Amino acid sequence: MIKFVPQLINLFATLILMLSFAMISQRRIVSLINLFMLQGAALVAASILLGYATHQPDLYVSAGLTLVLKVILIPWLLHRVIRQLNVRWDVETLINIPTTMLVGIGLVIFSFSLALPISRLSSSMAGGSLGIALACVLLSFMMMITRSKAVPQVIGFLSMENGLIFAATTVTSGMPMIVEFGIALDVLVGVLILGVFMFQIREKFDSLDIHNLEKLKED
Amino acid sequence: MSLLGLVSQLMAIVMALLLAPLLSGWVNQWRARLQNKSAPGLLQPYRVLHKLFNKESVLAEHASTLFRMTPYIVFGCMLLASAIIPTLSTDLPLSPAADAIALVGLFALARVFISLAAMDVGTAFGTLGARREMLVGFLAEPALLMVLFCASMISRSTSLTTIVETLAHRELAIYPSLLVAGVAFTMVSLAENARVPVDNPETHLELTMIHEALILEYSGRHLALLEWAASLKLFAYSCIGLALFFPWGVAEANAPLALLLALPVLVIKLAIGGIVLAFIETANAKMRIFRVPEFLATAFLLAVIGLLVNILLGTA
Amino acid sequence: MPALFFVLGIPLLGSLVLAVTGHRDVARNVNVGFSFGTFVAACFLTAQIIADGPTLVWDQQFFIDPLNVFLVTLTAFVGLTTSIFSRPYMRVEQDKGKMTPPRMRLYHGMYQLFSFTMLLALTTNNLGILWVAMEAATLTTVLLVSVYRTAASLEAAWKYFILCGVGIAQALFGTVLLYMAAEKVLGPQGATLLWTNLDAIKLQLDPAIVTLAFAFLFIGYGAKVGMVPLHSWLPDAHAEGPTPVSAVLSGLLLNVAMYAVLRCKVLTDGALQTPLAGQLMMGFGLLSVVVASFFLSRQKDVKRMFSYSSIEHMGLITFAFGMGGPIANFAGLLHMTVHSLIKSAIFFTVGHATQKAGTQIMSEIRGLIKVNPTVGWGLMLGVMAILGMPPFGVFASEFLILTTAMREQPWATPFLFIALGVAFASMLVRVLPMVFGETSLKPLAHPPALLPVFVHLGLGLMLGLYIPAYLNTWFVQAARMLGG
Repeated sequence: MIKFVPQLINLFATLILMLSFAMISQRRIVSLINLFMLQGAALVAASILLGYATHQPDLYVSAGLTLVLKVILIPWLLHRVIRQLNVRWDVETLINIPTTMLVGIGLVIFSFSLALPISRLSSSMAGGSLGIALACVLLSFMMMITRSKAVPQVIGFLSMENGLIFAATTVTSGMPMIVEFGIALDVLVGVLILGVFMFQIREKFDSLDIHNLEKLKED
Repeated sequence: MSLLGLVSQLMAIVMALLLAPLLSGWVNQWRARLQNKSAPGLLQPYRVLHKLFNKESVLAEHASTLFRMTPYIVFGCMLLASAIIPTLSTDLPLSPAADAIALVGLFALARVFISLAAMDVGTAFGTLGARREMLVGFLAEPALLMVLFCASMISRSTSLTTIVETLAHRELAIYPSLLVAGVAFTMVSLAENARVPVDNPETHLELTMIHEALILEYSGRHLALLEWAASLKLFAYSCIGLALFFPWGVAEANAPLALLLALPVLVIKLAIGGIVLAFIETANAKMRIFRVPEFLATAFLLAVIGLLVNILLGTA
Repeated sequence: MPALFFVLGIPLLGSLVLAVTGHRDVARNVNVGFSFGTFVAACFLTAQIIADGPTLVWDQQFFIDPLNVFLVTLTAFVGLTTSIFSRPYMRVEQDKGKMTPPRMRLYHGMYQLFSFTMLLALTTNNLGILWVAMEAATLTTVLLVSVYRTAASLEAAWKYFILCGVGIAQALFGTVLLYMAAEKVLGPQGATLLWTNLDAIKLQLDPAIVTLAFAFLFIGYGAKVGMVPLHSWLPDAHAEGPTPVSAVLSGLLLNVAMYAVLRCKVLTDGALQTPLAGQLMMGFGLLSVVVASFFLSRQKDVKRMFSYSSIEHMGLITFAFGMGGPIANFAGLLHMTVHSLIKSAIFFTVGHATQKAGTQIMSEIRGLIKVNPTVGWGLMLGVMAILGMPPFGVFASEFLILTTAMREQPWATPFLFIALGVAFASMLVRVLPMVFGETSLKPLAHPPALLPVFVHLGLGLMLGLYIPAYLNTWFVQAARMLGG
């Protein structure tokens, strides 16, 4: 069983990357949240697996934290927010989806080439996943830029945090516990604040279209 | 070319011819059942073929030789494709020609001829169907190639028999790139075989036709050949999928017992695959035509990711 | 060490207390009280460091050395004076109806919490906690910027959150990479992220990993410093938030972000043994100076104009630290101090001016000196100071930076001179009519708090003429530690 662990972790890494891609090409917001939940679940599975293989109980705690936060709490919050804001309709993107995916492929190639020399230096058994983690971060970043509604931007931000935690988990077997708790707290508070903001944006502009938020430009 | 090889090759061809309509009937049955309709009967495609072969073939006045030759060419391509895919055994005398790229080329050849034939008669539906078919094919072919390349990178060869042999003999290992390629392959085969969510095989509404529009003008034995070719295409695609992703059970060279076992194994695998296909068709709605390029672009890019993941993660 | 405990504990306690009672009239004074307590504790801490030298506290989790001790005192001091300024300012805002009781609670609570996060970021030894504190500082200021709940402030806060959130995420990736590099030498434990440990082994860190790590850390923390091209949150946040928030953003948050970049630069220089980090900082610093001064010349809103001035000065500071060497580092540290003092003083006067005029558009504010001579003179002197007139401190530091540049990086000096000149002309052209000229403004209902303005300006003047001995020693020691 042990010899399967690196392959399983690679499998979960690929799954996370595929889910990032799926999120870019997804139009419906409810599906976006569910995909985000799946990504969190894959992250939890990878953490547990790595913790089991390297005998580090810290990773179990980290996995538990991710489970509570990213798989249960935050998707529930987001579902509630979109129910109250009534934002279920299709999402329009700034550039069309095939172009987005081509740019996404470019980002993946870029991050893989950047990470290849470094992942060889990693002492962890899942070091090859650094490129995938970086690719997920960049893909989420692109999702934040190319979406014009508030909720996908928030999900892009959270998905970026997922990629970062994944990087930390695979490359360095997790960060020190207190740092993990700090990060989790920051993310939770961030989501709460964003939720509050979305309500207020909706109140002020009657829509969650980010294009309304472009008045403060240079004259 | 051993005797066993020749026998296995003939068996493969005969099996393809016989099983392909059965597969179509199986998928139709399950689809009907999942939608709470009464199923048309498992052997219905055979009855349809029998009926069509006994009918007169009516040709349009301006139909050219191309129009008359196309059903035979398409049928031949599909049959050859089914013959070179290692369904029952990897010991195929035709295997030197069984390159992955050649396979895609065969499908492309069939596509070109049927599109030309559809335009040949000059009806609006034919041209419409031809245009849409080309749109789908233009994007589906690179995707299929990428999927095959994913598998080729693992086995270091584009020969289909080598791929099957390598993948079947590796220890049970999980290849993430094959997972991604698998998803991409499913999407491509849905598009190429004119299944929901890309095209509805039961429709005759103009707005939704791709495959149906191409064969609208055919009748009698020509139509029979084309229908048979369509089910052979589904059979071929299913076998490619099984060969790439579930290669266990395919017989090797000089193993007559394994050859006999391979047949039931193939039937079981195809049956499961058919149920899965019916399930996918029922669970999805047909997408609008202009979204099909997005769908196929996603498949292509997923396949490219599979390749990249293969390079990044080394052996996986 | 009790002093550190109080330095961190008082603002945290303050935020809890004010979150509950912040809407009462007495809350404004309570806010000042807590800030005063923090300042006193910071002074005690400083005295202890003067006596003992650089110290590790509490199981090595906190580290006070010459680089951060004066920043801690500066933060506490500017926090105090801003809270004094905020007393009458917020009273006027409340009377105008722009602040409701729940918002006042939020404002006061977040103000103290923001002080806490910045002091935590300055004093922690753990790079991971540094990241957490910076992110927390972002979150508190996001809430502070949006406290007016206008459409523009929501837009500013959203853009701020997204841009800085994205930036900070890159910094987290950089921290992870740094941890990875350190793990190979120190092994996977909590102590691996401690800056002092990393500093001890920095020569053994793998250069490839550290290069990539620094790139990400610079992008992340640089976005919070206001480096071009990730600066676009800064003008909006300054213009749309309440003026006390603009003062602490310009005066404190930018400094703390710069401090984070500097800590990482020390490690990178040690690991790489090439001037890559310095070159990056010089390049982006220069770019920020030039871009900011050109944007500055097109501004119509007074707070946006001064925020671009902040970007320009932070660019100058980054450029100075990028050059490295004892003089440039010294100049950079001095510039950080005086810029913080003078920019916050300017924002104090601007705050009162905009309150009087009811608008932030410069062409509609006139004749401040007639309505309230102290506000007018404060603004005039402040702008003179920030533009680099002698004998204020900014002149001294800019002089040092420019002369070092002329000696070591002569290609950059024409850009610097042009940019500084453009900024000089644009600001003067806009501010002079604001201060002089005919006016129809009326005095405010509550007398403005102008003591902070003149205290800051006085300190800025003093630092231009004479630097106290211990401050001088610190600057020199910190400059030496920064190396280059």
